[in-house]
Amino acid sequence: MTRGDSDWEGVRLHIVTGKGGTGKTTVAGALALALAASGQTVLLCEVEGRQGIARLFDAPNRTYDEHRIAAVPDENATAGEVYGLAIDPEAALAEYLEMYYRMGRAVRALDKVGAIDFATTIAPGVRDVLLTGKVYEAVRRKEKKRTHGRVYDAVVLDAPPTGRIARFLGVNAGVADIARVGPIRRQADSIMTMMRAPQTVVHLVTLLEEMPVQETADGIAELREAKIPVGAVVVNLAEQSPLDAKALAAAAGGSLPRSDFTSALRETGLSADDETVTGLLTDAREHAVRVELENELRAQVTALGRPTYELPRLTDGVDLGALFELSHALTAQGMA
Amino acid sequence: MTRRKKTVDGLHGLEIDALLDDRTVEIVVCCGSGGVGKTTTAAALGVRAAERGRQVVVLTIDPARRLAQAMGLPELDDTPRRVEGIDTKRGGHLDAMMLDMKRTFDQVVLATTSPEKAKVILENPFYVALSSSFAGTQEYMAMEKLGQLHADALADGRYDLIIVDTPPSRSALDFLDAPKRLSSFLDSRLLRLLSAPARGPIKVFSAGMGLVTGTLTKLLGAQVLTDIQTFVSALDTTFGGFRARSERTYALLQEDRTAFLVVAAPEPDALREAAYFVERLRDERMPLTGMVLNRMTSPAATHVSAERSLSAAEALTESGKHPVAAAVLRLHGERMRRAVREHHLAERFASAHPGVSVAGVPALSSDVHDLDGLREIGARLSGE
Repeated sequence: MTRGDSDWEGVRLHIVTGKGGTGKTTVAGALALALAASGQTVLLCEVEGRQGIARLFDAPNRTYDEHRIAAVPDENATAGEVYGLAIDPEAALAEYLEMYYRMGRAVRALDKVGAIDFATTIAPGVRDVLLTGKVYEAVRRKEKKRTHGRVYDAVVLDAPPTGRIARFLGVNAGVADIARVGPIRRQADSIMTMMRAPQTVVHLVTLLEEMPVQETADGIAELREAKIPVGAVVVNLAEQSPLDAKALAAAAGGSLPRSDFTSALRETGLSADDETVTGLLTDAREHAVRVELENELRAQVTALGRPTYELPRLTDGVDLGALFELSHALTAQGMA
Repeated sequence: MTRRKKTVDGLHGLEIDALLDDRTVEIVVCCGSGGVGKTTTAAALGVRAAERGRQVVVLTIDPARRLAQAMGLPELDDTPRRVEGIDTKRGGHLDAMMLDMKRTFDQVVLATTSPEKAKVILENPFYVALSSSFAGTQEYMAMEKLGQLHADALADGRYDLIIVDTPPSRSALDFLDAPKRLSSFLDSRLLRLLSAPARGPIKVFSAGMGLVTGTLTKLLGAQVLTDIQTFVSALDTTFGGFRARSERTYALLQEDRTAFLVVAAPEPDALREAAYFVERLRDERMPLTGMVLNRMTSPAATHVSAERSLSAAEALTESGKHPVAAAVLRLHGERMRRAVREHHLAERFASAHPGVSVAGVPALSSDVHDLDGLREIGARLSGE
């Protein structure tokens, strides 16, 4: 396989968002594999506690640790590796207090009065601060020699949906409004600096359906307003058509010749009755209407002015093999 | 007319019209993971219920602009607005509104405390952040708004059916947890600790407590701690009333006048989430009415199987004749394969959750733009 240059050379943190149901986790997984195929050591993080990474990579559910979920072969050697991490806010808080303040004892005291529970589940926002804080720590390991654990070339974050992304990533700006001084303020400021750095990009996953495309456009506008760099738009589950443009137009307009179908069905020994022919023509029309709509939406996606990559719908769903297939498609289109 | 499956075979059918016509049902809650068509389902149910004679309000949480437009509303906010173009012959009507969490929160504060105290709260930086920008507040406020709407409806009879679309997070059932989380916080030692200075010296400053305040001060800075303390003590009464109300709303959701619909798409991930919702609702003794399985692939010529269609396509391709018919046969074959796969997934779900009624909703080939589109979805929901 020939490998072109990546469009995102030098990017250290790839954040993947998208409207719910568009396949963010799948795209994040495929991107992580594609980056590993170019020889990088990649950390794939999730923050919503759904163990989506484990399921996608057919790996056992893991508690809070970084573990290898895939090795991408290159000839007989390993090109790169993907590590997975499901970030748990409670564990992240304990780790944070220990790492920066050596306050293991305080964690127990805080837990006893309900402060940990308050911070991770009740106090809105704190959870997001802890989740983004852990991502920040993983990205920054490379620069900071004082590190715990493995150093990664790139981090891919399977982020919350587009509707919440600007709020999620900008949560530290909100913290900065509350905490005017102190270590939390300093931490929040450094996280915001990283989120807005050119080494960070937010990719948006969409389907060729109106609402996801609209949400993608809105998400881009919100990210720009929050001064967070916008990456690519990844079009997922695009319909593949066995029909050419002319046949599609005829199918949509209901002008495919019935006689052609009748003789084709007869020739293959299928029943050529009216019901069958009408049924097939209905299938063709519904498909053609869908493809027409997708083409219009594809034009809208192009008009957003961001680099765009497209992944096909795989009839049998996504397993680990399919994920590799999708990662090759991303590499071929220059995303990694 | 071509033959077309009305419902998913072998599954216990969900009677949507019977549900909407049942006057004892006052609240319908649509829950499910993101991207399964929950909001559209809620809107379509609203249109159908109104045209069957119910006085309906649909409460959505941030609908796509398209959907607001489909209901003929240029924008939605937290004031219910009448949807025009609804057939009112049977005496029904439809209002739609969107949850505005900051306004809802502000209203709670204003309604439950003195003007001076309200001013202190509304200007507190911690409150400003909490009420407007942070995730999680939405769940509390959805619960609050639902309670308000229901109380108003009981008082003045403006609505006899409230359809709620739940917040679009992974944990669409987070809003069920809101009252409990709030209670555990209000009863916690942390709260007493935080409100201690405002209440005067209390004997909470054991060694452990000293460590806690010390840690919090070190992490947050003394100013933040003071802000939080002011906020918490000022909110004490407000929060108390809020907790009582959300506990009432929670209890209301357990009653028979509520019906939960779990919305899903025929994909493994969406069905796994749906299973999680079904189990949660059972655990919480919430009245689960059934599952809406949206966007089912529904080929038209169902009597031509995937195998026969694909092999015919192959034969034609080899012979080089009828290329368009060959492509359409391939297309039909692929659609049949997908339909069979989706059907298997639905059956597996049903065998794991016997007793859950399912309405299979065939996918539309284009998106919803107007009331007619919502009517069409409503018709498909009802198996028409």
